[in-house]
Amino acid sequence: METRAWVRDGLRAVADGVIAVGLALTNFPLLVLWIVALVLTPVAGIGLVALPFVTWLVRGRADLARRLAARAGVAIARPYAPRPENARLGGWRRYRWILTDPATWRDLAWLLPGGLAGLVLGVLSLALPLYGIEGITLLPLWLSLGLDSYGYGIYWPIQTLGEGMMSLPQGVLILAAGVAVAPALRWVDAQFTRLFLAPTRAADLRLRVAHLTETRADTVDAQAAELRRIERDLHDGAQARLVSLGMTIGLAEELLERDPAAVRKLLAEAREASGSALVELRHLVRGIHPPVLAERGLDGAVRALALNLPLPVGVEVDLPGRPETPVESAAYFAVAEALTNVVRHSGAQTAAVSIRYADGALAMVVLDDGRGGADPGAGTGLRGMGRRLAAFDGTMTLSSPPGGPTVVTMELPCALSSPKTSHSSVRA
Amino acid sequence: MRVVIAEDLALLREGLTRILTAFDIEVAEAVDNGPALLPALLRHRPDVAVVDVRLPPTFTDEGLQAAIAARAEVPGLPVLVLSQHVEPLYARELLTDRRGGVGYLLKDRVSDVAQFVDAVRRVAAGGTAMDPEVVSQLLARRGPLAALTPREREVLGQMAEGRSNAAIAAKLFVTEKAISKHINNIFTKLAMPPSDDDNRRVLAVLAYLNA
Repeated sequence: METRAWVRDGLRAVADGVIAVGLALTNFPLLVLWIVALVLTPVAGIGLVALPFVTWLVRGRADLARRLAARAGVAIARPYAPRPENARLGGWRRYRWILTDPATWRDLAWLLPGGLAGLVLGVLSLALPLYGIEGITLLPLWLSLGLDSYGYGIYWPIQTLGEGMMSLPQGVLILAAGVAVAPALRWVDAQFTRLFLAPTRAADLRLRVAHLTETRADTVDAQAAELRRIERDLHDGAQARLVSLGMTIGLAEELLERDPAAVRKLLAEAREASGSALVELRHLVRGIHPPVLAERGLDGAVRALALNLPLPVGVEVDLPGRPETPVESAAYFAVAEALTNVVRHSGAQTAAVSIRYADGALAMVVLDDGRGGADPGAGTGLRGMGRRLAAFDGTMTLSSPPGGPTVVTMELPCALSSPKTSHSSVRA
Repeated sequence: MRVVIAEDLALLREGLTRILTAFDIEVAEAVDNGPALLPALLRHRPDVAVVDVRLPPTFTDEGLQAAIAARAEVPGLPVLVLSQHVEPLYARELLTDRRGGVGYLLKDRVSDVAQFVDAVRRVAAGGTAMDPEVVSQLLARRGPLAALTPREREVLGQMAEGRSNAAIAAKLFVTEKAISKHINNIFTKLAMPPSDDDNRRVLAVLAYLNA
């Protein structure tokens, strides 16, 4: 099993090396194209269109290099400044946006050395295994060519049949070494790529600001929508029921002497209406901040929620303390939304929730044995969930192959308060 | 007497219908959305329309807009607007055509059934019925009404709620004669041109709302 994983990683690295060589060959032409586009700018403004286009190609090329680096285990973020709103293609703003972005120039600086490194490392990672394969398959070749005409490994040229036979174990060793070393070569290439193509500190901050701006807007939107929903629920729900209650009682008062039988009916109605008003208020409160969440924290609240669902839900919570209230609430509603989706869409027989705390983050997993095929773009539920979490720098990933199972994984960075030591207090 | 009701929540629509029917007021039609209101009003020509401010499809002030539009179409059509909250701004918009027959009450008031039915009748007869909540919100303000004495402002507030001179006198424990003196003072201070008393009352209330 372990061997297989090792071989698989090695072969994948070799394949990536081949891709890297192919891509590296485009670097020089891209650099030339870019310079030509820049030089052509004064000529009837061709550059105004050509430069953004070539830059787009260069960035695409750099993105491919980042993807390869990610496959080698080195994550590199895109450093480019967001495009200004009114920067039309062929316009000066678009042109300026490209030229003033330091990431553009870093891309260009990378093209030559990056291409060279990709070429050398890629060829290297391919050459060793190829030589190994040659050793393994050499025997017939060598026999047909005759002695003294060819060599392999430490025998050069091969003079005896015994030496010739030695190409086989040598070849196996070299092939193994080549496959073993390939991931390391990819890693070196990835580090080199990162040197040029990763965001600088300033670009990092800029990206962060852009991300915060977006999530803040989302948060504000979500909050406004939430408040509006609560207002609507109150207006059409509890408030309307109380008005109706007043009407019923008022009418009963009027009829007290004229029609006692009708009054009895009206009063029964009033009692019922007060009950429904309370039920609605309770539902509303639960939607704002479930009392059980306040009383028992995430653990109890998720368990309580699971008990209310029409399918068995396994709940496993392992938290050494409680997160801050807003985080706790966001976590609860994210899990609740995920479970609602399970009930509504999955057709699952069972579901499970696991919540634990590791590396400074809440990790929440909701999985079900339903039909899968959930599309994060389809419903507003999943998107809303992602937004809720994004406000706290949390993330959500969804894996839902057709046929299931569906797994929603949510991470929410937060600190936990120290656990309450004891609820019992000493009283006289 | 015949009314048309516009209220989207079935619970309240039925409650209103039941109360009005119990007091021998015929409910010609009860609609549940804004766009259906105007045709219903034109079809039935009721003595008064009882309209909820917030109606589908927009769930904003659809009912209020429909009521104002109906009064533009049928000048002086009495309209009693109900809402779960009251805004003096809305009251002013309802009264800007300077005709009477306007009421604006919190839905809570319906539970005092006798007074509510009284307000419906009063509005149908061309009077006003401003919610005490609107009045008290305005009483707290300063403005052109500063010239009025506190007592006169009180009387004006009672007029806005739709009380007759006799009722105001009873409420403030003074004689009816004293009340008409106050009212004349109010008309003078607000520079109301002499005209029939009912209309002047409406104008005074409007001045009050515009203050």
